Amino acid sequence: MSTKKNVLYATAAVAALALTVTACGGSGGTSASGGTWDKDAVVNIGSLYEPQNLDNTAGGGQGVTEALNGNVYEGLFRLTDDGDVEKLLAQDYQTSADGLTYTFTLRDGVKFHSGKELGSEDVKYSLEKVLADDSQSARKSNLEVVKDIATPDKRTVKITLSKKSISFVYNLSYVWIINSQAENLKTTEDGTGPYALNKWTRGSALSLNRFAGYWGDAAANKQVVFHYYKDASALNNALLTNAVDVVTSEQSPDALEQFKSNGTYKVNDGNSTTKLLLAFNDKAKPFTDVKVRQAVSAAIDDKKLLESVWGGYGKQIGSMVPPTDPWYEDLTDVNAHDVTKAKKLLSEAGYAKGFSFTLDTPNYDPHPTAATFIKSQLAKVGITVKINTITPDEWYTKVYKNHDFSATLQEHVNDRDLVWYGNPDFYWGYDNPQVTKWVEQAEEASSTADQTELLKKVNRQTAEDAASDWLYLYPQIVVANDKLSGYPLNGLNSQFYAYDIKKKG
Amino acid sequence: MARYLARRLAFLAVSLALASVVLFVLLRMLPGDPANALTSVGASPEQIAAARHAIGSDRPLPEQFTHWIGQLASGDLGTSFVSSLPVGPEVAARMDVTVPLTLAAFVLAVLIAVPAGFTAAHKRHTWYGALLNGVSQLGIAIPVFWLGMILIAVFALNAGWLPSGGFPQDGWADPAEAVRSLVLPVVTIALVMSASLIRYVRSATLDVLGSDYLRTARALGSSFGGAMRRHGLRNASVPVISVLGIELASTLLGAVVVESVYALPGLGSMLATGIAQHDYPVIQGVLFVSTLAVLLIGFVADLAQRIIDPRLRGRLSGGSR
Repeated sequence: MSTKKNVLYATAAVAALALTVTACGGSGGTSASGGTWDKDAVVNIGSLYEPQNLDNTAGGGQGVTEALNGNVYEGLFRLTDDGDVEKLLAQDYQTSADGLTYTFTLRDGVKFHSGKELGSEDVKYSLEKVLADDSQSARKSNLEVVKDIATPDKRTVKITLSKKSISFVYNLSYVWIINSQAENLKTTEDGTGPYALNKWTRGSALSLNRFAGYWGDAAANKQVVFHYYKDASALNNALLTNAVDVVTSEQSPDALEQFKSNGTYKVNDGNSTTKLLLAFNDKAKPFTDVKVRQAVSAAIDDKKLLESVWGGYGKQIGSMVPPTDPWYEDLTDVNAHDVTKAKKLLSEAGYAKGFSFTLDTPNYDPHPTAATFIKSQLAKVGITVKINTITPDEWYTKVYKNHDFSATLQEHVNDRDLVWYGNPDFYWGYDNPQVTKWVEQAEEASSTADQTELLKKVNRQTAEDAASDWLYLYPQIVVANDKLSGYPLNGLNSQFYAYDIKKKG
Repeated sequence: MARYLARRLAFLAVSLALASVVLFVLLRMLPGDPANALTSVGASPEQIAAARHAIGSDRPLPEQFTHWIGQLASGDLGTSFVSSLPVGPEVAARMDVTVPLTLAAFVLAVLIAVPAGFTAAHKRHTWYGALLNGVSQLGIAIPVFWLGMILIAVFALNAGWLPSGGFPQDGWADPAEAVRSLVLPVVTIALVMSASLIRYVRSATLDVLGSDYLRTARALGSSFGGAMRRHGLRNASVPVISVLGIELASTLLGAVVVESVYALPGLGSMLATGIAQHDYPVIQGVLFVSTLAVLLIGFVADLAQRIIDPRLRGRLSGGSR
């Protein structure tokens, strides 16, 4: 093993030396030293998420967000890597006193890649595309409060809502503004972003070129190429052989050691929004009893689980809220690991001798590992777990649609998804009228401060009720060659802004 | 021969038709609903129903089948459920990778296996004959993904001579780059394929070596080489050709593994993605084209055997000639 590493080191060192020499003697005039970088670099990005097509309202999937969101298409607003919402194509906006009408003024001088100037009709078209009957946009239901879209002049869009929605502006950050005259959006694009699509080769790669007519600061590199891999080790090999410069999301913790021990690479531990849940069916015995749920939560050592699945990466999480959501609070102390307390709670609930239940476990990583761990942890407090391994399809039908389960494991990927606990009909059946009311009030709040205040209450209440057991927050691990800087670390909702990436020559 | 050809072509058509029915029905028997792959968690029953309607999976099976066959007849492989892009052009694009990969591997395997197999038989009493035999036995036991990983570790990660995977985005626009990225995959398949071929060539050669006609030819004054060239090779190649056909076909179908190890955008990886997503048109499209290719390979192998060995012509075409 160490021999192999030495060879690797040597190869990397020689490669680095060769590159430095080339850079110094090259014609680019840039040098690898100090803070300078190659403004005409090609950045090769490795990813496991290939787009299905290029249209995010037609089932393009996670990959299309990663490659095109913010890079090729822009919204009225942008969700920054830190989770803040910033104005982007909207220069400004006003909200009416009743909170039902939003008037947006569009930025001047914005051009689509086809050359057409951005106008209010494009915004209307883009929003209607998300709301259309055949739209498969994940954000469609959030935006259904839109009642009317008016375009009084070229630069003004007036949107009326059927009821107040404080998240409206945030939700707009997911709506791509598309040229209303564009066609073939599944294989081509017409956005306003800093890059225009160069070429998409299905099954292989997607390349973007810096757009010369961009309204804002030009991208820090000339071209980015997303290379797609189906297999995590093939992706890691590509990074090791310099076929790619950065991996957007490392999914194989075992592979990290080879990068950590090698000075050529930087392993970044960011915050994801993906939570691993042990979701109880709060409507099925014995999980109808809050004490049972608290006992189970307290009996499982989340820290140890995280350690065994992800090594030193990832975070413990005491609720549904990741640190990048505005209403985050560290609630890991609520129902923290405490076996004595768990036993006490169980006997109070009438299960002094424990009980047994079936854990419906999706058949892909890390669920089987987590299930086995949970089984052994709960055995210590007298609870017997029967692991029932199921496919994602079965999960969807049995658990999600029919609510036919006692407890299940599942990962929930989105940010700001605490609000599902306000829906008593959601698959986990958590029903607290107070929480439902808070969630509704939060959405109709007049200020983000009020919204945050209310959702913090929801956060704490669901944690105290042990509505689910939030096992851990997945790490967001970006591994990059140390020639690279300026790449996003958190990758919220799978977006990967490439325009700030700088590559030393 | 004409009658044989007509009969063989009819057989091909019937096989293809049967295969398409089996393919279609088996896919529908798989558990799971393709509409699930199209809708996100949180989708309402209406959204799921709409998705089903959009892809036509809510229509009766016979109707779906006739629709598919109708499309096929007009050369259209249908539209992917997931991407809503046409399957045909993608299959064609992926063949740019899979066909050269398979053929190059096949040729290399034959180039290795025929001399090696012959030597293993002819020189079976020497140490290198035995070694060749042993190595081929061992080669059969090696899983293709394992060999792939070893080759990557040695030639890509450590030596840095060849890429560890992937295929140039511009395809064959830069042939040198494209060839470079296919070297390791081709070698991987060829090594595994040649291991079993060596054994077939060896046993076919052994058969010939022990045959009366070869002894007779030698007795009539032919040199060993001359006798082999005139009679031996021809006889030995008949069984080998049918094995070659099978090997070529199975390599085409087995490309899934190699393409995944080397991250190649070929038919195999397209099939794997299609299966993961319940994307019936993609699975059907790839399997239909592969089935057609396998049947054609069988057809060509049969034909080749017949051309080489006149006895087969009489026997299998019903005695008339």
